[in-house]
Amino acid sequence: MTSESTTTTSAAAVPAGRVIGSGSSVISRIPWTLIVFLLACSVPWIGGRYNTFLAEQIAIDALFAVSLNLLLGTTGLVSFGHVAYFGVGAYVCGILMKTYELPFAIAFPAAGLGAGLFALVSGYFCVRLIKLYFAMLTLAFSQIIWAIAYKWNDVTGGDQGLPEIPFPSFDWMNHIPWLGDLKTSDQFYLLTVFLIAVSLAIIHRIVRSPFGRVLTTIRDNPERAAFIGVNVRMYQLAAFVVAGTFAGFAGALYGIFSRGVFADYVFWSKSAEVMIMAILGGMDYFWGPPIGAFALVWLNQEITDYTQYWPFFLGTILLVLLFGFPGGILGGIDTLWQRLRRTRRA
Amino acid sequence: MAASFLFSQFMGGLTTAMFLFLIASGLSLVFGIMRVINFAHGSFYMLGAYLAWQGVQWFHPTGAGFWAAALLAAAGVGILGAVVERLFFRSLYGREELYQLLFTYALVLILGDAAKYLWGTDQLSVSTPPVLAGSVVIFGSTQPIYNLFMMTIGPVIAVVGWLVLNRSGVGRMVRAAQMDREMLGALGANVGRIYTGMFVVSSCLAGLSGALVTPIQGIVPGMDVLIIVQAFIVVVIGGMGSIWGTFWGSVIYGEVLSFGILIFPGFSLFSVFALMAVILIVRPWGLFGRPL
Repeated sequence: MTSESTTTTSAAAVPAGRVIGSGSSVISRIPWTLIVFLLACSVPWIGGRYNTFLAEQIAIDALFAVSLNLLLGTTGLVSFGHVAYFGVGAYVCGILMKTYELPFAIAFPAAGLGAGLFALVSGYFCVRLIKLYFAMLTLAFSQIIWAIAYKWNDVTGGDQGLPEIPFPSFDWMNHIPWLGDLKTSDQFYLLTVFLIAVSLAIIHRIVRSPFGRVLTTIRDNPERAAFIGVNVRMYQLAAFVVAGTFAGFAGALYGIFSRGVFADYVFWSKSAEVMIMAILGGMDYFWGPPIGAFALVWLNQEITDYTQYWPFFLGTILLVLLFGFPGGILGGIDTLWQRLRRTRRA
Repeated sequence: MAASFLFSQFMGGLTTAMFLFLIASGLSLVFGIMRVINFAHGSFYMLGAYLAWQGVQWFHPTGAGFWAAALLAAAGVGILGAVVERLFFRSLYGREELYQLLFTYALVLILGDAAKYLWGTDQLSVSTPPVLAGSVVIFGSTQPIYNLFMMTIGPVIAVVGWLVLNRSGVGRMVRAAQMDREMLGALGANVGRIYTGMFVVSSCLAGLSGALVTPIQGIVPGMDVLIIVQAFIVVVIGGMGSIWGTFWGSVIYGEVLSFGILIFPGFSLFSVFALMAVILIVRPWGLFGRPL
């Protein structure tokens, strides 16, 4: 594995889901994902209440950002309304669990289904438009969802939102040693981590599949992809639906986690926030968006400790990213790594 | 009775429309030339409102102070626009639209907090200049004179803008830059200066509209992200980059919102977003725009 020096001619030629330092046998042999998963699972025991709260936030944001990156990084579609699917998922799950008192096992899949269906309908129209118009139409759809959430008092609770969404029932977990003694919120945390790990594994599989390769081809050169016989719109729509479905799952978990669903969750500026996560971590990498989610949630918590001007810092971080490190955190590390290896070899 | 009610509803819609036109015209101008949605346009508008309030405090609370404050707002935001364009925006023209969108969003975050830091979070207000205070009764409905003033300002700006763009040497250059930036540069024109100029004009319009809205609406944090969505809808309906498109787009928006409340109360917000989505689906370049 010595001939790894991929001389990429442009940023666009970087394959999504690249592994950092893939030439180094030691680092690549460590099962990083398993370690992170086990660490995440142990947070309720070793981290205390507040860290569990942060970890849950990070996990949900990570899934949300990865689902967006399936469009942004993998397929090259700039969606400025991804929060719509997150919101649909949150409202579907919240309404089913609170208003209709259905169990989580029904409400959670329904949330993904609802978000996926809405993504199918809205995406059908969006993928017909090019670049900037695509971004605008996704924004328009997300604002439609916002308007419905904000005004349809009977169903969504309007500007009061849907407070006090119940936790799922954890009776089954109470019979398991170790898990039975936990607080309900910690039990929900473990369920969240498990569901998100499964979701990430599925998305990872999709990105690495032949289907995912076609998406990357479309991102790099849609004309050529069409020329070799790929139905570009069909693939884009499929990516849109998958991304929407997983955003819906993330939203469903978030609604229960934050004990309520509010119209604010669906406002257009939230779409920008999740986009910042994806870019901060590095949208050319599968693990970029989760790292971005981790960095942003952690920074937010550190900075809001001593100032209320978090948006100012977020804007400044974004400026530094756009002008200094367009590849994000992982992109920066990767560049550094390549340079180190080159000097070592020379 | 019913007729006067409909009339006042119509006039209410028209007032909203003309305010939005002032704001949206600048957004549309920048999009037409630079192909960038400037999310920070709403922040420029908000800064205009705060600057106007500040100006009124400095100069004179009543009388001519308001007009001086409005000029200050337009000039101040114009200068800010020049700085932003020269220092940052310039280096993003060649990049993907994702980076341009996010850059303007970074400005939204930074300027929003800057305004909070400078002027606090309490609602501020400015009283109507005495010349335009009071109201008149037309067809049995009471209309504040200030609203009528706004209704004349809107068309005046539309006509002036159209004349400058279509009947002057500067306008010819601008339209040429819109069509083919590189060719215009190759012919020896200073394209960079045209871009800066357009961005400054757009910022001035945002600052001015922010100042002019103060007698009617309170100045609060968050007005930036709320207004940008509305301005955005107007521009999408009318057609990005077309001044009359933006004008009619704002009239349609104002009236749909105003009469939508009568037909389905609570869902008028939904109706304007739905209208925007339908127009993007059927005619992405808007009712009056041309395909890119």
